Amino acid sequence: MEKPLTQHIVPGRQPLSLKEYEKVGGYQSVRKILKEMTPTEVQELVKDSKLRGRGGAGFSTGLKWSFVPMGPEAAQPKYLVANADEMEPGTFKDRVLLEGNPHQLIEGMIVASYAIQASISYVFLRWAYKLAAHEVTKAMHEAYEAGYLGKNILGSGFNLEMHLHTGVGRYMCGEETALLNALEGKRANPRAKPPFPQVSGLFGKPTIVNNVETLCNLPHIINKGADWFMQLGLTDDAGTKLYGVSGRVKTPGCWELPMGVTIRELLEEYAGGMQEGYLFKGLLPGGASTDFLVEEHLDVPMDYASIQAAGSRLGTGTMIIMDDQTCPVGFVHNLQHFFAQESCGFCTPCREGLPWVEKILLAIDRGEGKPEHLTTLDFHTKYLGPGNTFCALAPGAMEPLQSALKYFREDFERHIHEQHCPWSKTKAWQPSI
Amino acid sequence: MLSIEEKQKIEHEISLVPSPKNACIEALKIVQHSHGWISDDSLKDVADFVGMSTAELDSVATFYNLIFRRPVGRHVILLCDSISCYVMGYDGIRDHLYTALNIQYGQTTADGRYTLLPNCCLGTCDRAPALMIDNDLYRDLTVEQLDEILSKYT
Amino acid sequence: MATIHIDNKAYDVKAGKNLLEACLSLGLDLPYFCYHPAMGSIGACRQCAVKVYRDENDTKGKLFMSCMEQVRDGMRVSIADMEAKEFRAHIIGWLMTNHPHDCAVCDEGGSCHLQDMTVMTGHNYRQYRFDKRTYVNQYLGPFLNHEMNRCIQCYRCVRYYKDYAGGKDLDVFAAHNHLYFGRAEEGVLESEFSGNLAEVCPTGVFTDKTLKQHYTRKWDLTMAPSICHHCSLGCNTIAGERYGTIRSITNRYNGEVNGYFLCDRGRFGYEFVNSAGRVRKPLVRSQLPEATDKHTALEAAASAIKAGRVIGIGSPRASLESNYVLKKLVGEDNFHHGVADLEHDLVELAMGILRDGSARTPSLREVEKADAVFILGEDLTNTAPMLALAVRQSVRQEPLLEQVSKANIPVWQDAAARGLVQQDKGPLFIAHYTPSKLDELATHTHFDSPDDIARLGFAVANLIHPDSPEVREISDQEQALAQQIADALMKANNPLIISGTSSGSERVLKAAANIAQALAAKEKSAGISLVMPECNSLGLAMLGGHKLESAFDAVLNDYADTVIILENDLYRRANTVALTRFFEKCEHVIVLDHLHNATTEQADILLPAGTFSEADGTLVNNEGRAQRFYQVHATSDELQESWRWLTELGTIMKEEEISNWVGFDDVQKAMAHEVPALQGINRVSPPSDFRIAGQRIPREPHRFSGRTSMHAGFNVSEPKPPVDPDSPLSYTMEGYRGQPPSAAIPFFWAPGWNSVQSTAKYQQEVGGHLKGGDPGLRLLEPTGTAPFSVAVPQRFIPLEGHLYMLPLHHTFGSEELSNQAAGIMQRIPEPYVAINAADAVQLKLSDGQLLSFSIEGQVYQLPAKISQTIPSGTAGMPNGLPGVPFAELPAWAILNRDIKWKQQPQTTF
Ligand SMILES: Cc1cc2nc3c(=O)[nH]c(=O)nc-3n(C[C@H](O)[C@H](O)[C@H](O)COP(=O)(O)O)c2cc1C
Ligand code: SF4
Ligand code: FES
Repeated sequence: MEKPLTQHIVPGRQPLSLKEYEKVGGYQSVRKILKEMTPTEVQELVKDSKLRGRGGAGFSTGLKWSFVPMGPEAAQPKYLVANADEMEPGTFKDRVLLEGNPHQLIEGMIVASYAIQASISYVFLRWAYKLAAHEVTKAMHEAYEAGYLGKNILGSGFNLEMHLHTGVGRYMCGEETALLNALEGKRANPRAKPPFPQVSGLFGKPTIVNNVETLCNLPHIINKGADWFMQLGLTDDAGTKLYGVSGRVKTPGCWELPMGVTIRELLEEYAGGMQEGYLFKGLLPGGASTDFLVEEHLDVPMDYASIQAAGSRLGTGTMIIMDDQTCPVGFVHNLQHFFAQESCGFCTPCREGLPWVEKILLAIDRGEGKPEHLTTLDFHTKYLGPGNTFCALAPGAMEPLQSALKYFREDFERHIHEQHCPWSKTKAWQPSI
Repeated sequence: MLSIEEKQKIEHEISLVPSPKNACIEALKIVQHSHGWISDDSLKDVADFVGMSTAELDSVATFYNLIFRRPVGRHVILLCDSISCYVMGYDGIRDHLYTALNIQYGQTTADGRYTLLPNCCLGTCDRAPALMIDNDLYRDLTVEQLDEILSKYT
Repeated sequence: MATIHIDNKAYDVKAGKNLLEACLSLGLDLPYFCYHPAMGSIGACRQCAVKVYRDENDTKGKLFMSCMEQVRDGMRVSIADMEAKEFRAHIIGWLMTNHPHDCAVCDEGGSCHLQDMTVMTGHNYRQYRFDKRTYVNQYLGPFLNHEMNRCIQCYRCVRYYKDYAGGKDLDVFAAHNHLYFGRAEEGVLESEFSGNLAEVCPTGVFTDKTLKQHYTRKWDLTMAPSICHHCSLGCNTIAGERYGTIRSITNRYNGEVNGYFLCDRGRFGYEFVNSAGRVRKPLVRSQLPEATDKHTALEAAASAIKAGRVIGIGSPRASLESNYVLKKLVGEDNFHHGVADLEHDLVELAMGILRDGSARTPSLREVEKADAVFILGEDLTNTAPMLALAVRQSVRQEPLLEQVSKANIPVWQDAAARGLVQQDKGPLFIAHYTPSKLDELATHTHFDSPDDIARLGFAVANLIHPDSPEVREISDQEQALAQQIADALMKANNPLIISGTSSGSERVLKAAANIAQALAAKEKSAGISLVMPECNSLGLAMLGGHKLESAFDAVLNDYADTVIILENDLYRRANTVALTRFFEKCEHVIVLDHLHNATTEQADILLPAGTFSEADGTLVNNEGRAQRFYQVHATSDELQESWRWLTELGTIMKEEEISNWVGFDDVQKAMAHEVPALQGINRVSPPSDFRIAGQRIPREPHRFSGRTSMHAGFNVSEPKPPVDPDSPLSYTMEGYRGQPPSAAIPFFWAPGWNSVQSTAKYQQEVGGHLKGGDPGLRLLEPTGTAPFSVAVPQRFIPLEGHLYMLPLHHTFGSEELSNQAAGIMQRIPEPYVAINAADAVQLKLSDGQLLSFSIEGQVYQLPAKISQTIPSGTAGMPNGLPGVPFAELPAWAILNRDIKWKQQPQTTF
């Protein structure tokens, strides 16, 4: 099984140095594009490869790039940003790539920058990733020294500066337009689209924001071609994917597998199945802002289309397992607490709706729920949907809630009827202030 | 007053962006790094240095979770309270910290050693529950390990 | 034009607008919060959601925020769609989760946008049953009250205060549902435009603190259209009264003049009307201490005038009508302008430039559209605040035109436009001797003496057009700057030159005129905007009259012995020595004014003149726009318009023409007939017999309460309402319910729209002109007959032992009437004299030490304020500031010997 992204990552071992990385073929793609390919050709190739963004939305990467104004008339400088803010609860895949093989990311960023003719690039890294910050900085220095970054890269005339920016903690910073505001030294409120960042992004200039995993795929696509990349996937979706499993499973972890492995395979083969004494009750397939899937979905392949057909989203591909001993109301309350706290406060439904939802869930969990609470939750799931709020945070928050209300409604109702949490021997989960 | 070193570092950040204002978050990080938090005086110093009003800078500072506008202890414990850690029973860790340190979230121990803060997902869900103290990440936590961990910081 | 279908009805709307604007312009009711016509859309509140359908076959549609959608031809939209309605009602529900529901005790109640929108969406029942969050409020100074619990987080306040008005000390803090809108710490809001927050905020977070001290609901106010009397811009206001006192001033939208905003001097200056220092009873000094009645006073005045030889002194803060009647009463030869002679000349000059020059003077709205601005010798924030606000918008023009249109972003999409433009600014050059708040926006600010500013101006003019004279001995640096400015102006589509009278320099004015003229000669659509000293300075100049000095001469030379002084404190116009001599020689002094002051002290006969709110009149603003203000409430017989006092006086004296004037219309008609410059002025407002459907225009909303009971303390029978003889407005709630002509709108109200947002219903399109055209009549259009000025001054050379004292100005403190307003008084700076930093070193003077000097024999002693910008050899003295005696500036001040100056190389004086 091919594992292009993680082939050089050995847990517990230092990432490859530049020399070592070059020895295993590192930076070949940079040499190749600079010598043999025009930016448009790179864009075309990536479009052909059917690479879809791994940041959660799954938008075609090549297509996204194609909206960047090209040619001498285009506004300068253009920017490329690697979104390494990874703050989606339950998600820990970019960390693996950042800590394990930072040169691969840098190489991918050079490819992407070249494709859109960006001359400045940023790694927007979340604060908590201290080790990653260390490794990326080190690798960046090496790349500068070896002439992969800076002026006139490998004598090609192509220039690229790269900076590391560590965030100061806000889930919103992962949303690409909010991220740009954060990079500009502003409050990380999202921006309205249009204008898309491709046209007016960082400092008002054309900008592409790509997820770390997306970018790490690029060197391999350049080196081995679109067809190779497409055949990696088991289903219609191309490439491999970093999948993760957390929760009460025997061996939680993160694995690179062909796009389209089934949930069951992941859960049972890789994660080793449920821990002793725990039964599977449901899962969030791709982070906190995806809909619950349940027993009946275990054989669904983990790819964009199949998960969507099952009523959820592939999201980040890192699943969270809910076991039978965890109260679904408490579980969802924890999620909603997170989203309410991390709402930027810009738009009304999210700012006011999520805390309300959180309060209701807490009340239900404490045994103080009322039947009309479910009605209120229902209208929130209806009206905090995509387009109704300013960005995708609140719609994301509603996904686990709406599906929980669908699959575990009796559990909610039982809480309300019995005026007590059937799971709780003691008191309900307390929110952090 | 900003130290010469702080000023130099901020100057460097300013040199990378179109306008000094754009470097304000970096500047806050630099000052917080040396002082542990951003006092009203520091805020004013940074604001003056990057050409913003205090209100404008505080607007940015108060938006973010990890810019501390109140004094913190010598060490900050960031305890993950997000979903995987929740499933894996992070609340036991929290309760133990509450009793061991005799503080609650948002508080600092009387000896100024620890401040305890809840934190969103630390991105290490496969090894939940987890917490960070300063730059150190602790995972696969059990209540039993806590006292030893806490004893490492002075 | 685009055709859109709203709820299956086709409408033609202007292309390029957003859907919300389009709907509101069509008169449809669609609720919104975060959008504001002056500030555009950000899509934060989500209140304006509508259904948008892909095509006619799409029956499901999708919710869209109308404020963020550009209208497209053929677009299909539904406002009435059930889902859209439900969503909008939920938005209110969400906003209300933490709102205190304290309408009954909230100042905003009854004119609250949030109330209106709540009713409009039909959100009636509260579903949220949890605790509400509460906030600590802040002290924000004398003008505004803060009540954060009412906040609905629409972001309008920060967007207005910070993005629009350039304020630095109000912002939004924290995140999620802990947002806090206020200052970093308690304290006085610094911006001169803070009062607009009370109107910008859709609920009761920021409310007018001065109103709070004598609170009245909007529906209980008697209101009239008024014109701000506190500077020369003539912003349109609404003045509201109850129980005989003025309760508040609010903005009266004028699409050409002030748009949606006012400055704080204009909004809070009104309190002088309620001041304890008001002259309320006629007084004849020989009969002191008793105040007398109207007739005794008039008889006394008439006999004084008959007995003596009379001259009249008019006023730039009195209406055209009052000045005109005075002029008629005393005769053309005997009518003098009650302003310092230099000011007289400057205003004449400015009027000449606007009349005979070749560049047009823009309205404030047009100023906002200028794409290159050069300001010479004006500190706009302090001399004409709303013009500064307009310039602040203008610097965004060039980048907006350049980039935003290129990126295909509509300008109303505010956040996107700002995101794209970032810190880019269009060209703005400022040449002055004192720093101004606009400097931060300027491409370059040049600090120099007035003469050198004029030289720079002349150099610019010469570079643009060689017929404008050359400037000799100009430094390379100045030449380069002149070139830069000339290039920027030439590159622009709508270049604008701003200058004015406030630095007291004819040369600066002439230089400004030359630049504008040079641009016009190059076929540029250039504008020139000149700031005048007071609200009717230009009107007074148009009326014509002699200088103040000749008034003094007339009395001192025994040509006259009786003087009528109209609404004027001469102690602010001339120095005490001259005035003492003058008053000593006067047999009879008749004064008409609002407030007791040093001049009223000299009055033998004092007649209480109605203030702006107690009078009808016309003012001519700096744009040459004649505008009418209306009496707000009926007054007693003994407190009336100056023009009425004077016509009554004329009638008693059997002056033939004057005796025929019964009311305002007669005076105005006579004036329009007689003064060529004021022709057509009677078209400024509808005549007093104007009626709509046979009805008058009510000054009171139809919900006005307490009418039968409010005077029950005096009399239980309901008095007959007073009748207004001078205007078509009634003093009651009865009358025509629809929209009056734009010049006579006493308040904005529309069914369902009780707040100021109802303005939209009065506009041709949202944010555009008022229906029927914006009020005011422009009296000046440039004839292009004036030649280039050749008065290029020499370089300024400092004089040993002297300081060239220049006038400085303050928004709060420099204007006579607003200085008597309780709130404004708290904002007036302490007296000082600004002195160049290097000169201070020479003088061994540190900040705050007293500097003693004399001007024209009068000794001044003021604490020094060290200035980095005021040129060496000059100094600055704040004009009209309480505690700073009058001096006609600029003038050479002699440094008094007793300061440490002695240690300097000896100078002979
Ligand atoms: C609230 C919110 C948080 C997000 N957080 C992240 C994140 O942490 N990392 C990430 O790569 N994308 C995140 N995204 C998605 C980004 O907005 C964006 O789609 C992505 O970075 C694009 O990269 P891709 O095209 O390579 O997937 C987030 C989106 C939302 C709405
Ligand atoms: S949905 Fe939430 S996070 Fe997104 S803009 Fe609205 S308030 Fe901010
Ligand atoms: S007015 Fe449209 S979202 Fe606020």
